Amino acid sequence: MPIQYYIYLALTLFTIGIIGVLTRRNAIIIFMCIELMLNAVNLLLVAFSKMHNGIALVTNKDSMVGIDAQLFVFFIMVVAAAEVSVGLAIIVMMYRNTHSIDVNFLNRLKN
Amino acid sequence: MNAIILSALAGVVMMLSGIFTNKQSVIKLVSIIALLVLITGNVLQTYGHCSIQIDTKNLLAFSKAGLYFNTLIFISTFVYFILSGKAIEKAGVNVAEYFALIFFVLCGVSILTSFNGLLMFFLGIEILSIPLYILTGSDKRNLKSNEASLKYFLMGSFSTGLMLMGIALVFGATGNFSLNATGQKTAYDVLNAGILAPVGLLFIFISMLFKVSAAPFHFWTPDVYDGAPSVFTSFMSTIVKAAGFYAFIHLFETKSYDLGPSWKLLLTFAIVLTLLVGNITAIFQHSVKRMLAYSSISQAGFMLFSLYSSNTLAKEGIFIYTVAYSFATIGVFAILIYLKDYTFDGYNGLAKTQPVLAFTNTVFLLSLAGIPLTAGFFGKYFMLASAVKAGAPLMLVIVAVLFAAISVYYYFKVIQAMYFKQGDAELNDNVPTSFKTALIAIAIVIILIGIFPSTVLNWLYF
Repeated sequence: MPIQYYIYLALTLFTIGIIGVLTRRNAIIIFMCIELMLNAVNLLLVAFSKMHNGIALVTNKDSMVGIDAQLFVFFIMVVAAAEVSVGLAIIVMMYRNTHSIDVNFLNRLKN
Repeated sequence: MNAIILSALAGVVMMLSGIFTNKQSVIKLVSIIALLVLITGNVLQTYGHCSIQIDTKNLLAFSKAGLYFNTLIFISTFVYFILSGKAIEKAGVNVAEYFALIFFVLCGVSILTSFNGLLMFFLGIEILSIPLYILTGSDKRNLKSNEASLKYFLMGSFSTGLMLMGIALVFGATGNFSLNATGQKTAYDVLNAGILAPVGLLFIFISMLFKVSAAPFHFWTPDVYDGAPSVFTSFMSTIVKAAGFYAFIHLFETKSYDLGPSWKLLLTFAIVLTLLVGNITAIFQHSVKRMLAYSSISQAGFMLFSLYSSNTLAKEGIFIYTVAYSFATIGVFAILIYLKDYTFDGYNGLAKTQPVLAFTNTVFLLSLAGIPLTAGFFGKYFMLASAVKAGAPLMLVIVAVLFAAISVYYYFKVIQAMYFKQGDAELNDNVPTSFKTALIAIAIVIILIGIFPSTVLNWLYF
């Protein structure tokens, strides 16, 4: 399959994520949208990795070009997991104090 | 390598020390010792005595400038521990954890000063920011702190998402993550690779503007800096921001030419907007803490000049600016924490009751405003001089000088309140003599750097 399809898919997922972050009011949903953005990037990285590897294989049979993008994906997963653990803790802390996870409540600092 | 490993180890040690002892003074002592070990290890590596040798497969590249920047950051942290250690103890119950998180941030800083590829750049930024989300929310019962923490977290991870998309696109264009691999331009017909790298760099640029709180992506800054416990605000707005700038410069030094002529245009836009928003909004604040948050945005505008010029003068400038800005802001915050009332009126008549605090605070504020004979003057001078040298339009430099003049107004409002207004500034606590001595020492250092800026810079080449 041509690489463009992967790019379009990843960009679509990424855009859905961005739109979700900007429009939704529920902290958990915003959080899910951020995760969607990260996973769109994962998909794109894997696709690019395969593409560059495929190009390099033409000239060199044992080429390892592009493998590092797949490693990068693992790092993104690890960091995303760390972020989830911190983020959910913050949301729980917030819920205990306000009994709500609506980000519209977050306007105390404005005044 | 020393700094990265030792700071991570120090973090673990601090976490464990919380199990063995509840005495806060002991925990503080352990943290200061760990920091001194860290500084020693880093200085040793700067002069070639690296005790831990690891083959990083070209992911990290240690340069003298980066290691020296580490040292400056660690020394600023040392100053921070000395001045605000007491306030950290009071910030909550889990003192050991706060110190541990600060050490993890320092680990992120040491990665950011030595990354040689986008992978380590990403990891450094994340190791730097994740502990900060927790520190921001460390005051668990305080709704403002909760709110600031959630806001910072959501904004932070959103900008991480943008950064990752940028990195993926840059990878698509070049086929590897290395900093100086500028495109074995894949002659791949179906893919117009010419557009991937600029768009990717634009994404990374935006997310870095987020991280260093430059306009137009600064809107989270005042809320987060205001809501976080004051001690941690002082840490975030100085040490972390300076490290962010170093990484920003390090990355775009080699990468910016992919963006072509639009790079300078983008930066000019960001600089002018940052200076405008930071300075103009700071004028209208009633709370000194919020004013400092906006002033940190405007200082970011000046630091962006080093990105604009990216020559040796700019590199020297960012070192001076880091020291000047960090020391002064840490000092101002250390005094602010002692006050009951954070508004400008809270400072009324401080000079009568606490002359030492008022005097040192004046020195710090003068340095932030960039008055000659203080370190802050040379920070701003180097930034603007480097921009002129790099052929910036003169109008840009004039605008920056004008905004620096505007900033004098809101810094002097605090000085005016301390010296010329009636009232009795209420303090939370008795001010110990050791604290006053430390404040005077820092003020003297700031003035000395303002007279002999080369004392900081000579180490870069020595």
